[in-house]
Amino acid sequence: MNLSLQLNRVRSKPWLWSFLAALLVWLATLAFTRGEGAGALTSGALAFSAFFVIVGVGQMFVITTGPGNIDLSIPANIALSGAVGMKLMEGQDSLIAVGVAGVLAVGVLIGCANYALIRVLRIPPIIATLSASFLLQSMAIAYGRSVRIAPPELFYQFSTGRLLGIPYLALAVALLTVVAGYVLSRTLYGRWTLAVGQNMRAAELAGVRVERVRWATYVLSAVFASVCGVLLAGFSGGASLSMGDEYLLASIAVVVIGGTSVAGGFSNVPGLWGAALFLYLLVSMLNTFGASAGVRLILTGVIIIAVIAAVSGRKSQRSL
Amino acid sequence: MTMTPAPLVDLKGVGKHFGAVRALNEVDLSCQAGECLGLIGHNGAGKSTLMHILAGTLRADCGVLLMGGEDVRHGYSVQVARQHGIRCVFQELSLCPNLTVAENTRLMCPGLRGFGWRRKAGALIVASLDSIFPGHGINPADVVADLPIGQRQMVEIARAFTCVDEHLALVILDEPTSSLDARVAEQLLGYVRHYVESGGCVVLISHILGEMLATCDRIAVMSDGCVVDVRAARAFTHATLVESMGTVTRSQGEHYEFVSKRGSAQPVVNQRPARQQNGQTVAAWPGEIVGLAGLAGQGQSQLLVQLLRERIASGKRVALVAGDRQTDGVFSLWSIAENITISSLAALKRGALIDPQAEQAMAAEWQARMGIRTPDMNQPILSLSGGNQQKALFARALGSDSDLILMDDPMRGVDVGTKREVYAIIKEEAARGRTFIWYTTELEELDHCDHIYVFRSGQAVADVPRNELSEAQILRSSFQEEVA
Amino acid sequence: MNAPQPMTLKPQPMLSGTQGAAVNRARWLRNALPAFSLIVLLGTIFIMQPRAMSYMGMNLMLNLAVPIALATIAQMLIITVNDLDLSLGSFISFVACVAATLLNDHPLLGSLALLGCIGVYALLGALIHIRQLPAIVVTLGMSFIWVGGAVLLLPAPGGSAPQWLQALVKIKTPLLPFAVVVCVLLAIAVHLFLMRSTWGVVLRGAGGNPLAIAKAGWSLLRIKVTLYAMAGSFGVLSGLFLVGLTTSADANMALRYTLLSIAGVILGGGEFTGGRVSPIGAVLGALTLVLAGSLLSFIRISPDWQIGAQGAILILVLALRTAVNRLEVRPA
Repeated sequence: MNLSLQLNRVRSKPWLWSFLAALLVWLATLAFTRGEGAGALTSGALAFSAFFVIVGVGQMFVITTGPGNIDLSIPANIALSGAVGMKLMEGQDSLIAVGVAGVLAVGVLIGCANYALIRVLRIPPIIATLSASFLLQSMAIAYGRSVRIAPPELFYQFSTGRLLGIPYLALAVALLTVVAGYVLSRTLYGRWTLAVGQNMRAAELAGVRVERVRWATYVLSAVFASVCGVLLAGFSGGASLSMGDEYLLASIAVVVIGGTSVAGGFSNVPGLWGAALFLYLLVSMLNTFGASAGVRLILTGVIIIAVIAAVSGRKSQRSL
Repeated sequence: MTMTPAPLVDLKGVGKHFGAVRALNEVDLSCQAGECLGLIGHNGAGKSTLMHILAGTLRADCGVLLMGGEDVRHGYSVQVARQHGIRCVFQELSLCPNLTVAENTRLMCPGLRGFGWRRKAGALIVASLDSIFPGHGINPADVVADLPIGQRQMVEIARAFTCVDEHLALVILDEPTSSLDARVAEQLLGYVRHYVESGGCVVLISHILGEMLATCDRIAVMSDGCVVDVRAARAFTHATLVESMGTVTRSQGEHYEFVSKRGSAQPVVNQRPARQQNGQTVAAWPGEIVGLAGLAGQGQSQLLVQLLRERIASGKRVALVAGDRQTDGVFSLWSIAENITISSLAALKRGALIDPQAEQAMAAEWQARMGIRTPDMNQPILSLSGGNQQKALFARALGSDSDLILMDDPMRGVDVGTKREVYAIIKEEAARGRTFIWYTTELEELDHCDHIYVFRSGQAVADVPRNELSEAQILRSSFQEEVA
Repeated sequence: MNAPQPMTLKPQPMLSGTQGAAVNRARWLRNALPAFSLIVLLGTIFIMQPRAMSYMGMNLMLNLAVPIALATIAQMLIITVNDLDLSLGSFISFVACVAATLLNDHPLLGSLALLGCIGVYALLGALIHIRQLPAIVVTLGMSFIWVGGAVLLLPAPGGSAPQWLQALVKIKTPLLPFAVVVCVLLAIAVHLFLMRSTWGVVLRGAGGNPLAIAKAGWSLLRIKVTLYAMAGSFGVLSGLFLVGLTTSADANMALRYTLLSIAGVILGGGEFTGGRVSPIGAVLGALTLVLAGSLLSFIRISPDWQIGAQGAILILVLALRTAVNRLEVRPA
């Protein structure tokens, strides 16, 4: 009884922590500036966090399917999708739909390719997505070589626009996370993913179609990365080759700090937002305090290690 | 044996519990230098537990462990056991698959060092292999992972008999011949005799009666965590050995009229085990409870998994109750309700989403049906006792819409009360026309089956309807009469 | 990473002699694959551009091979115990920055800092083992820390490698270019230690069957600390060599090395789990990746595809290896 109460508490706790941390950092920053620029800080945080969250959702599904599952092709995918999207749209509002459809197709193709490598070559997902990312990176370089194409006006408006100070993007991604939460807890696919991540063999014996789940998961992750790529290109006025670089580590960091279990089988959707906001706000807080880029990076690293050490400590208590 | 000084090893009143299960109950056993002691008994009789205690990998709860007359129980460990010259070959291999044969030898013999250690280790293991398994064909430079399982077992055995500057007194061989072919097994047993006659001591565990009778000087029979009989091997015959193992007290209570359900319609299942040499199949008719008997690990679970995979791949419905809860059954991060509904989610959907109310209703229904003892089905599954977790796994399978239920020794470590409740439900469901295929290692559970297949070495070797069932026959079929 | 399952015995008929020979042939093929890929690549380059076969040509092509080979060896040591180091590239960048600043200005302080780095790696090994943490996430965190440190030391690209270091990497050896000599020596030295010595046996055994190693009385903690510290040392060497070649440093200069080193280990026949690694293979794998870029320039394909070619070679070699493994598994 007592034990199970504790268990329940552990299960609901992690995402609270990340929001709490984000809030504290937000307050600390505002205390330093005496409340100045609160609106700009908040809306900036929401806009940038939205990008982290999009890729984070995909990476979260991948990590949830169990140890050893990680998608390393996200940065290359972002670079390629951004380039494809901008090229298809040609800067014209009328071609936005074509561009979005093309980008989604790219995402599905990349996901299928990742899964095919894992399945056919029987190699660990890490090395499969790694080798895919090498190829994608070259494609992005070759394809995006031509002059930088600006996004269509309407698309730019959408990526950067705000409603009452809240970016459209943040609203859309918030909706996406709500959907992802429902998918995880209330659909066959979501339950199967969680089951596979906890115990692949037990899942198979309980009738879960394990390989379909893995395929769908890698496709999902690739599609989210592609969407992030095209939105990022719209947001920053055009695709660039290196725009995906920070998203590899960031996507994993957001998932881990957000309270999703690295061992698989337990995901935390709201935690993604908490972690993304926290990471962004931490950086801006240190900026306001006048800390250098180096200190910001070191603190980020220390926090990731501290979080994983704390979380795994809790897990060993549970098994007792 | 003539008068000998203090025995090499003397176990007195050794007991061991695993939770509520009593694995060993005040066992007394001793062995002398210059003898081969045989240890025999059905699965779960406590042989392996006893040997793990002797090898230092498990700690006894009570009792005395004397070595050469000296009590060593306090602070006993693998290292202390090795210092007393005890080596063991267990069924789980302890070789590193990525290393070569010579390198694996070195892991156990820290005495091998300096320039040319690889050659010395190779020469040592080859010498040992040559004397035990002449004509073995193993090269010390072979990587273990590339060797077939039989040769790995040979390396493991030869390594136990290798020593550089350590003292070697007692070798425990747990089912050493299970993966060796007949010729090699004979070589090993011949070597054991030779080793024993030159003053060594061997404890041999085997399910092959012929090799036990031919090799051992004394045989100890274990049953339900007790040593029930110790005699000189000469004093046993096949028949008396089987007889002394079968002391399980059986409930004579529920005997009911046997009516065969076969012969009418088509069987639901007609599956040939993957390693079956002849045309024998395992068949099940609607409403039948089919038992798979035999010793543990003789291919029964593989048959169930094979059946499950084929039916899922061809789109037929099937459900399985796992016996090894931790690795095959429970989703440990989930609630009891989520654990039960995972196999029935498609039926619980309203539109695209799973309906939480339907899910709760199903959980509540099966809580009542199986009598799962918990205040709240949304509690984590690990808050339940082992028996209740097992009930939840039964609920998962029975709650699905499958008319074929496979059971993989599902009553492991389950208390008697729970067992009774579950037996009743299984019979009830079978009467409604569901088919059960039930692998069990507990002889008394076969009483609930309509038809029994006995497995040995991956094959169904006996096919018995319930009215012809006798414990002696199951034991005879499970234990090989001759050296394979 | 998945912990390897303990093997359990399942009765299985013994293989006959001819099948045993097939297994040996498959193993031989698998071991020869890295060398074979490199020879094919070199052969193609020499046919396309015979002038590359000279001392100068080789020197030019393999200029940057040494730091990558050292990084690959470091990664391989971590993979030996079934872990993965995602911070290696940023660590090497950090070392390069230390060398271009501290080591140049205050040699003693700089040396101490580099020793400290190795100590940090040893501590990481201990932390990961004691708390049973996933190495991927811990090293992910470390990668932020190393880049942060590098940025603190060198906010903008610059600094200057110590003169002795610049001179060291430009040594002209007779007959074969220095880079080739170093790679050969590196491969042989690590091979002798890891594959031939008694310590190496225990270290690799810990990747193959940790339970058996622990039962035989070895400390898994010490094994992990040793391997991490050694990986750190090779990372330091890699960074020093790199900055000697480039003469100045940049906080992001070696970030690519993380993924390249993983690819090199896998190309060289290493596997993520089970302690199956090969130092000679790893060096060959690193050389293959470096030469893939050169080949493209010789066959006049745009350098855009250099990274892609590395990916394609990786996929190709893995596909070949899968084919070889199938050959091995298929019962006759």
